[in-house]
Amino acid sequence: MAEELTARAPSLNGGPRIGVYVCHCGLNIAGTVDVQAVVEFARTLPNVTVAREYRFMCSDPGQELIEQDLREGLVNRVVVASCSPLMHEATFRRATAEGGTSPYLFQMASIRELVSWVTADPEDATEKAKAHVAAAVRRVALHEYLEPREAPVHPDVLVVGGGIAGIHAALTLADAGKHVYLVERESTIGGHMAMFDKTFPTLDCAACILTPKMSAVRAHPNITLWTYSDVVEVSGYTGDFTVRVRHRPRYVREDLCTGCLACIDACVHKQGKVPDEFNLGLSKRKPVYIPFPQATPPVVVVDPESCIWFKTGKCPQTCVEACERDAFDFTQTETFDEVKVGAIILATGFRTFDPRRIPEYGYGRYPNVYTSLEVERLLNAAGPTAGEIVLRDGSRPTAIGIIHCVGSRDVRFHAYCSRVCCMYSLKLAHMLRERTGAEIYNFYIDIRAPGKGYEEFYDKILREGVHLIRGRVAEVTDEAATPEEEGHLVIRAEDTLLGMARRIPVDMVVLAVGLEPQPDTEDVRRLFNISCGGEGFFTERHPKLAPVSTFTDGVFLAGACQGPKDIPDTVAQAGAAAAEALAMIDRGAVALEANTAHIDEERCSGCKTCVGLCPFSAITFDEERQKARVNEVVCKGCGICVAACPSGAAQQHLFTDEQILAEIEGVLAYV
Amino acid sequence: MTTMPASADTHTYPYYPGCSADGVGRGFAGSLHAVFERLGFPLVDLVDWNCCGATAWPSVDDSQALALGARNLALAERARPGSEPVDLVASCAGCYRALLRSAEALARGPTRSRLAGALEAVGLAVEGRARPRHPVDVLVNDVGLDRIRAAVVRPLTGVRVVSYYGCQLVRPLSTFDDEHDPVSMDRLVEAIGAEPVDWPLKTRCCGGSCYCGGPVIGAMPEATMQLSYLLLREASRRGADVIATVCPLCQFNLEGFQDQMARRFGHPLDVPVAFLTQLIGIALGIDDRRLGLHRLLRWRPLPIRTVEPEAAGHARR
Ligand SMILES: Cc1cc2nc3c(=O)[nH]c(=O)nc-3n(C[C@H](O)[C@H](O)[C@H](O)COP(=O)(O)OP(=O)(O)OC[C@H]3O[C@@H](n4cnc5c(N)ncnc54)[C@H](O)[C@@H]3O)c2cc1C
Ligand code: SF4
Ligand code: SF4
Repeated sequence: MAEELTARAPSLNGGPRIGVYVCHCGLNIAGTVDVQAVVEFARTLPNVTVAREYRFMCSDPGQELIEQDLREGLVNRVVVASCSPLMHEATFRRATAEGGTSPYLFQMASIRELVSWVTADPEDATEKAKAHVAAAVRRVALHEYLEPREAPVHPDVLVVGGGIAGIHAALTLADAGKHVYLVERESTIGGHMAMFDKTFPTLDCAACILTPKMSAVRAHPNITLWTYSDVVEVSGYTGDFTVRVRHRPRYVREDLCTGCLACIDACVHKQGKVPDEFNLGLSKRKPVYIPFPQATPPVVVVDPESCIWFKTGKCPQTCVEACERDAFDFTQTETFDEVKVGAIILATGFRTFDPRRIPEYGYGRYPNVYTSLEVERLLNAAGPTAGEIVLRDGSRPTAIGIIHCVGSRDVRFHAYCSRVCCMYSLKLAHMLRERTGAEIYNFYIDIRAPGKGYEEFYDKILREGVHLIRGRVAEVTDEAATPEEEGHLVIRAEDTLLGMARRIPVDMVVLAVGLEPQPDTEDVRRLFNISCGGEGFFTERHPKLAPVSTFTDGVFLAGACQGPKDIPDTVAQAGAAAAEALAMIDRGAVALEANTAHIDEERCSGCKTCVGLCPFSAITFDEERQKARVNEVVCKGCGICVAACPSGAAQQHLFTDEQILAEIEGVLAYV
Repeated sequence: MTTMPASADTHTYPYYPGCSADGVGRGFAGSLHAVFERLGFPLVDLVDWNCCGATAWPSVDDSQALALGARNLALAERARPGSEPVDLVASCAGCYRALLRSAEALARGPTRSRLAGALEAVGLAVEGRARPRHPVDVLVNDVGLDRIRAAVVRPLTGVRVVSYYGCQLVRPLSTFDDEHDPVSMDRLVEAIGAEPVDWPLKTRCCGGSCYCGGPVIGAMPEATMQLSYLLLREASRRGADVIATVCPLCQFNLEGFQDQMARRFGHPLDVPVAFLTQLIGIALGIDDRRLGLHRLLRWRPLPIRTVEPEAAGHARR
């Protein structure tokens, strides 16, 4: 229990009465900082009427200490010396408000992140903690009484990316009665999952479980599906975002096309002409095409790069002729929509590692070296070979090598484990063996099978007679050391279980490429004002306790854009993101930051310096009165105008010059 | 990378010959000098150079080995006073690597002070300006392929050249090319009008390292022979007219024992192995003797395809 260390310093009647609460954070702080000494020191500071220590200030009894002292009138301002504002500012502001006053009459002294975790010497740490407390005490004495402000939440939601993550989040929200705008940049939703034939560990058919969800999206009255579109501008703040969406022209009217595909048959090109992107170039498509039969929406696209009409202006337009619905419109241009939403869910997924970066594996040099994703297409019944495993030279493989961890767990590229490739490699081993009867060799570092039913799946594959060789592959070569190797690709690896170097001749090599961030992650990150970790995936607010939130309120994450994950985890996370968005919308209002800027009209000279600088366009200029004015609902509290204003007219709540100077003096006076 | 002013037409480089320059590598050193001179970038031998510190020395005493290399770097700096970086050209792959190792050690605090102390004892100082460069790097990145193309008087049309980079040219410390699939030599081969042959053994060990301290094939004959044989067999299988090397050890090892290997492995072998600079020299019209072609053991005239008169005229300009 708390030790009672109440002291009454002389204070002006009605003036500041500050309570200082020093947290042990178990041994996190108390292991280094002499908490007792800090408390005693605090009692000597001006205006401090109460100083206490407690093991965990963030716990209920800890917060109760603050609330009780406030209620009893012992204190009217609060300093907690503990972790960091990022961690618990919200907690202690709430406690301060519960005690019956403005939550902003609170200041945190960070003596964990800034002191005990970084200053090893206990004496130094204790002195440093005192300085931080002194600074907070001086500062909080000058805090204004500010009322918390709230803004209403717009009930609609934007979901960006129509992979399984975006689809699941959109359906969950729509089923709860919210209107969802689902923006997908390709011409169909489905993402990577739509490319697979079967999914581990249950080996259910990917299309059978995915396409019903895709059609449900299209049919749902609460979902506006915008494919071939992207978000180009985001403004506003949590609860009230304005989003501008660009729709690229497909030269076919979505409202008229029924997906009968008569036009594709009718195209003057009798055969496919350009590499089919959806099949990763393993087949060719015509200039008018649909990525795959169950594409959603089932609307064809015309690719102006390869269409004769667009290139030469001379084509009999047999496609247009064949269309009974008159759906073609070669005059289409980009169009835009602007919508308001309260919350945003990012579900932009991943891309696979480009194995050309590892030349020793021969991708791009030897035609029979494939990526796993290409093999997913080869195995797919609707793929380029109708599910038959035929190599680029037309032959059928009798031995296949699958190389794990390509681009993952490799400090040259990505240090992290991509989490899904062991499992999909085992899946591919099973399917390739089933379809071809070939000998299959999987080369792995360790097998990572940590999901429900995953280890059992691994066991099953082992028993099927797939050869698992533990060892990172050194190279894939066409250099034959023996007559038997002639005409084959040879995989060289050290078998670390046998303790010997091995050469395995195969006809086909499959590279289990890792998952990495989308190439435009940096642009998307900036557009939505969120952050990325070192490896480039979007950063969640807290790795354990807030895995789908971001540091930008109202923006949530789902699926592989936050880090490599399989479909079960993706769907779980998408559901969680939808639930967080729902909770926010149903609360109806969001708290606004108090640290907004305002203009002291007396001092404003009308120079307009601030107007152009504000990145959120929060400042308008009143021509009549020749004064700038800040819209405090739009202001994000970045402080740029405050720093820039030559006459000191722009001021910011909770960051006034006096408050900042007092804080600095607090540190300096002590040092 | 380059230290030469962009406008300069000529530029001299300090050159570290290494112990093989007067021995097995004579053809290399000679052709290298001739080619660089012809291209307008003469090499100037470092005065008073000493052993690079490669061979078996590092396994006996690594600090001493590093100090040997560092002394050469210090000499290069002394030869080029000022504040600009100094590119020290080293042609033997073993020397190149050893000097890179010393340069790296000089860049790191703890080893730096130890080496500086050793140099001080012999009245030398090192500022870390000296950067070991391999001639292949200098030819591709400083001299430039355009300049080389323009200087060609006798394109090696139709000659199939397998480039053997060896194990130390592009790794572990050098950075001018990909360490697994280097292309610099192939680009030079292309620039002199020959046909580069792609193959997977560009950087596979030739066995040269196994004979350090003993006569070739003597120390570990089985391993050395096997390794060299694999390279030679693969090159002949790919129809090489000549194998190009840029290291005296590789060249000697690959060229010198083809008959023994043929007997041992029951596979006929007869592939000329030359220094890339000799091939470049031929294309630049440099005299055979100056290029040291007479020192090669299996040399025979290259099967240069005769070109149509106008194309040939164009090449001669
Ligand atoms: C070869 C391979 C096999 C696999 N096999 C399995 C398996 O058998 N079982 C399993 O559980 N998992 C498997 N996985 C993992 C699975 O692919 C992922 O878990 C899943 O695809 C993640 O879904 P997602 O929606 O987060 O991302 P994605 O599937 O990548 O979808 C993202 C979507 O967002 C769109 N998008 C991206 N950026 C934007 C933007 N800026 N604006 C608008 N739209 C955008 C994309 O076009 C795409 O449609 C496999 C992965 C690979 C590489
Ligand atoms: S999941 Fe397996 S294959 Fe993929 S990176 Fe991790 S260990 Fe490597
Ligand atoms: S602090 Fe100033 S510049 Fe920043 S958002 Fe507010 S008004 Fe704009």
